Amino acid sequence: MYTQALNANPDAGDRTLEDAALVARFQERIDDEDRIEPNDWMPAAYRKTLTRQISQHAHSEIIGMLPEGNWITRAPSLRRKAALLAKVQDECGHGLYLYAAAETLGTSREELVDQLLSGKAKYSSIFNYPTLTWADIGAIGWLVDGAAIMNQIPLCRCSYGPYARAMIRVCKEESFHQRQGYEIMISLSKGSAEQKQMAQDALNRWWWPCLMMFGPPDAASMHSDQSTKWKIKRFSNDELRQKFVDATVPQAQYLGLTLPDADLKLNEETGHWDYGTINWDEFKQVIAGNGPCNRDRMSARRQAHEDGAWVREAALAFAEKRRVQAEAA
Amino acid sequence: MAGASITVAETPLVRYLLRRADDALILGHRLSEWCGKAPMMEEEMALANMGLDLIGQARSLYTYAGEVEAAGRDEDAYAYLRDVRGYGNLLLVEQPNGDFAATMVRQLFYSAFIDPYWRALMGSSDATLAAIAAKAEKESAYHVRHSAEWVIRLGDGTPESHRRAQEALDGLWAFTGEMFETDAGERSLIAEGIVPDPEALRAVWLESVAKVVAQAGLTLPQNAWMQKGGRSGEHSEHLGHLLSDLQYMQRAFPGATW
Amino acid sequence: MAGQTIPLWEVFIRSRNGLSHKHVGSLHAPDATLALQSARDLYTRRGEGLSIWVVPSNAITASDPSEKGMMFEPTASKIYRHPTFYEVPDEVGHM
Repeated sequence: MYTQALNANPDAGDRTLEDAALVARFQERIDDEDRIEPNDWMPAAYRKTLTRQISQHAHSEIIGMLPEGNWITRAPSLRRKAALLAKVQDECGHGLYLYAAAETLGTSREELVDQLLSGKAKYSSIFNYPTLTWADIGAIGWLVDGAAIMNQIPLCRCSYGPYARAMIRVCKEESFHQRQGYEIMISLSKGSAEQKQMAQDALNRWWWPCLMMFGPPDAASMHSDQSTKWKIKRFSNDELRQKFVDATVPQAQYLGLTLPDADLKLNEETGHWDYGTINWDEFKQVIAGNGPCNRDRMSARRQAHEDGAWVREAALAFAEKRRVQAEAA
Repeated sequence: MAGASITVAETPLVRYLLRRADDALILGHRLSEWCGKAPMMEEEMALANMGLDLIGQARSLYTYAGEVEAAGRDEDAYAYLRDVRGYGNLLLVEQPNGDFAATMVRQLFYSAFIDPYWRALMGSSDATLAAIAAKAEKESAYHVRHSAEWVIRLGDGTPESHRRAQEALDGLWAFTGEMFETDAGERSLIAEGIVPDPEALRAVWLESVAKVVAQAGLTLPQNAWMQKGGRSGEHSEHLGHLLSDLQYMQRAFPGATW
Repeated sequence: MAGQTIPLWEVFIRSRNGLSHKHVGSLHAPDATLALQSARDLYTRRGEGLSIWVVPSNAITASDPSEKGMMFEPTASKIYRHPTFYEVPDEVGHM
């Protein structure tokens, strides 16, 4: 659900060795809106950029299960419990679709998961914040999924076929996620003073991290150009962020909640909502591993992986035994 | 007062519905605790699907209990506002997840019972119950299949998985007898043809479990002593902790709508 | 067992009777039985399927995209395989 412009600059060195004619032909196909498929020739840097982006996206889905999973056992009604469990399950499914898309580029699931567990791979910064109250589940659905959708819809037209197809499936399934979150926020904002306060508090804590989800400002983002040329990225970080702010302001007004930004105002000239300065230092710290929950998220994933090792080994051993038996028969 | 525990007017049918609903809810809750912890990501999907099936079954049964009791209570009143002593689920389903072997053995024990049970209940003279059973049976049939495949793989996998699977069988065996217990109230429902007699399913259950255990190369436990008490609210210590998670919001914010 | 990886499977689903199975994605599973169950849990959560095939990914032989010219372009000139190649007077009606 959540990709973020974290991709390091593609290695320019990879390209110099490649046949200029092949590269030109490749770019022509991209320019013609042709889709690139797994066995097609592609520049090494394209492969590398996409592997990194798709696997980060997959990692984000899997890590993203944790903050919301934190409330499944405490959901306040059976209806909410079922919806939340189904939503978190979807996130796992989306992680799996995305790992599969990344694997078509030639890196195995094991390697990709190892990159996550060893701390080498990044995932979306947003999941390093804690879910403290039930309202956080509403805020995540409304804002985090809302931000993710902004990012993901253009990815349905990404030049790489398997990624685009995975995103179409993801977007279709996720259409309920944001509504689920917003509905929770409606219940809270129509509820008691305590519930309203809970909703406002969640909004206060999640708003700025959500704006950071779109990645660094365009001026500071060095690698968007190449991704744009390859049609992996169709809109800049700032364009998507602006779309998100414009879409969210009236939704917050409907809830009677206040976005925690004193500088937020409608720009009569552009028709867009201007917003205040994002704390990019906080963003860098969270990406670097210093968010409130980075350590918890990683240790939870490592624990699950280690605890499951004997099960995976057993299933493989069983499959091998049955294969040998079948051969002998 | 909202938020305090409710007292249910327990006719035999209401008590019956709540017990079956509690089984489904508590086991569904336990499966939901696996979220983010499964041994393979593909298995996350399976555990969540089974959990969702069970929570759905619980909701139908609670809702029907609300209609029968006719005291204006909805599914959430029963799930969130009864304390440990008011819960009537089997001890088996409240047992902690343990390792993956324990979770799969627990699932197999319960599903191999409840699947033929739902099938029998489909013939109930109560149309609502028959309809709930018809829907649930398709779900539980898959739970039997899935848990059986895993028990077979764990039993016949590595020495470690074999040991863990055998420990799970041995540890959970004593909680299986309670599935076949009935009290006077339930027996009156059985006599009226509203619900099936679980005792009649003992042989079917044992046969399907024994078949899986044999295929897995595991040993069926022989101990005859069976724990009971869940049906009358005499639970293990585990249930209280589960309920303090499950009911936290409704208890902390009495009467609020979410 | 160390170093052994869980195999990759391709998943094909028939969404309705009357339609053919269509490739929907892939997954990892230790064996065919679990692959089928995982395919059900992963790819048919919203009533997408009536039938599932799982195939080990390494059992698929694929054409080489770089041989696209040789493989697929020669048919382009065989326009006589298409009905519009033939002229039938309008008076004859639909044929």
